[in-house]
Amino acid sequence: MKFSNIIEEIEKTDPEVYAKLDTRRSAMKSFLNFSGKLSLAALPVAIGGMFNKAYAGSPTSAITDVLNFALTLEYIESEFYKKAVVSGIIPTAAAMGALTTIKNHEVAHVAFLRSVITSLGDTPVSFTAASFDFTAKGTFPTVFTDYGVMLAVAQTFEDTGVRAYKGQAANVYSSNEVLRAALQIHSVEARHAAHLREMRRRSGLLVPPGVLLQPWITLNQSGIATHAVDASYAGEELTTQAGIEITNLNGFAIAANEASEAFDEPLTKDQVVAIVTPFFA
Amino acid sequence: MPKNVSEPSDLVNLETPPVNAVSRKNFLTYAGLSASLILLGTACKKDPHNIPPYDHGHGHGDDGPKEVVNLGSGDIGILNYAYALEQLEAAFYTKVIANPCSGLSTKEMEYLKDIRDHEIGHREFFKNAIGDQRIGGLIPNFSSINFNSRTSVLNAAKAFEDLGVSAYNGAGELIQNTTYLLIAGKIVSVEARHAAAIRDMLEYGSFADSSVIDANGLDAARKPADVLAIAGNFTYTKIIATNLPTS
Repeated sequence: MKFSNIIEEIEKTDPEVYAKLDTRRSAMKSFLNFSGKLSLAALPVAIGGMFNKAYAGSPTSAITDVLNFALTLEYIESEFYKKAVVSGIIPTAAAMGALTTIKNHEVAHVAFLRSVITSLGDTPVSFTAASFDFTAKGTFPTVFTDYGVMLAVAQTFEDTGVRAYKGQAANVYSSNEVLRAALQIHSVEARHAAHLREMRRRSGLLVPPGVLLQPWITLNQSGIATHAVDASYAGEELTTQAGIEITNLNGFAIAANEASEAFDEPLTKDQVVAIVTPFFA
Repeated sequence: MPKNVSEPSDLVNLETPPVNAVSRKNFLTYAGLSASLILLGTACKKDPHNIPPYDHGHGHGDDGPKEVVNLGSGDIGILNYAYALEQLEAAFYTKVIANPCSGLSTKEMEYLKDIRDHEIGHREFFKNAIGDQRIGGLIPNFSSINFNSRTSVLNAAKAFEDLGVSAYNGAGELIQNTTYLLIAGKIVSVEARHAAAIRDMLEYGSFADSSVIDANGLDAARKPADVLAIAGNFTYTKIIATNLPTS
């Protein structure tokens, strides 16, 4: 299916589609803000959600919207790692083992989320390898031929995924089961992120000079020698939580770096969609 | 860098955090169309002259060591539950860094110091966030850990971190206030990063192995009773959790 034709197709069958989609006006607005050009590739993510709102109206649709959003992110990751492990550029058995472990988790997340969405009476979104462009429209042209770039993109996906799930927690908390499952995926993504950061520290590839890359996120530093990934780290520099400044809290010598590292920050759905949009073919 | 690992003498500065948030039960009622505000807890000033010698109830803002603590109920109970776990983690890493065992590499010490600071940050956050209703200090029991052994220290760290991740994953659904739910989410992913880093120190590549991640690719989620049954092995303080929410 050509995703860029979806709105057009809906218009043919239901001229009032835009009126029905009115509740998602803000979501549409966010698309129009993408660097001044509407990225049609991002539409599948929103379409699932808008459909549920406009046509289903069931109480679970808000939750399945979130789950389809999460499923979309898991598809990006699983298809990425599927290609990574057959790229032929992974230098060590340890690296191959780690990337295979991560790939298997992402593939399992896709299957799991699909089953949850189906069990809630909704339709899971579907993507294939052909749905994605992991060069991100040419930003990472060597993503599957340069090991450093591959790891950098992988780290960014995982750190972004952690922030994405965190940002949706409040949107699924009306269901204990869905919230629990989302948290159980969220912490696995964080484990992945930590290991990828360790792999990058050991390799030194694309780590900016003078940066001590660690398994946790220091301030808003990506630890990647390009500004192309900065959006995935913006806002991570927070050191105040619920109005409490963590730096040197209660007289303990907690530096700002560690204060920021101690709490990972969420991203909104719009922020995540903006980040992943270039990765859709 | 040198760290202050002693308890500050003056903890009278207690703060009750902003607690306006959407209640989950009301959220269900309104189906997400409107937010209902609730106010959890009320501020009451600590009276430093009226602290009993042993605190058998839940918190009076006295941070001294306690033989028994009662976590309390509702969101305060869950926050105290997290506070208890963070107390144990922070105490453990403080002890590890105070007298490092041999065999830890420079990088491992760098990581462990950072983790200590994160856990102290978590502990102190909860201390202030809970305010006057916080439990007192737990008395750690680390007698099963050989602090002179790298393997023993890292295995204990792994146990703490994996337990912490499963505790937060299981506690999210027990929290009513979305502000605190988000805070728990902000902390749990950092605990998961710790868990991965510690596991990689013990066995590189074990960051998310099948001993902790299931066939669906899911991390563990434990109920408070199950977590405390394990955590209880690391504290002399009896932790009463019978008033915690169960759903």
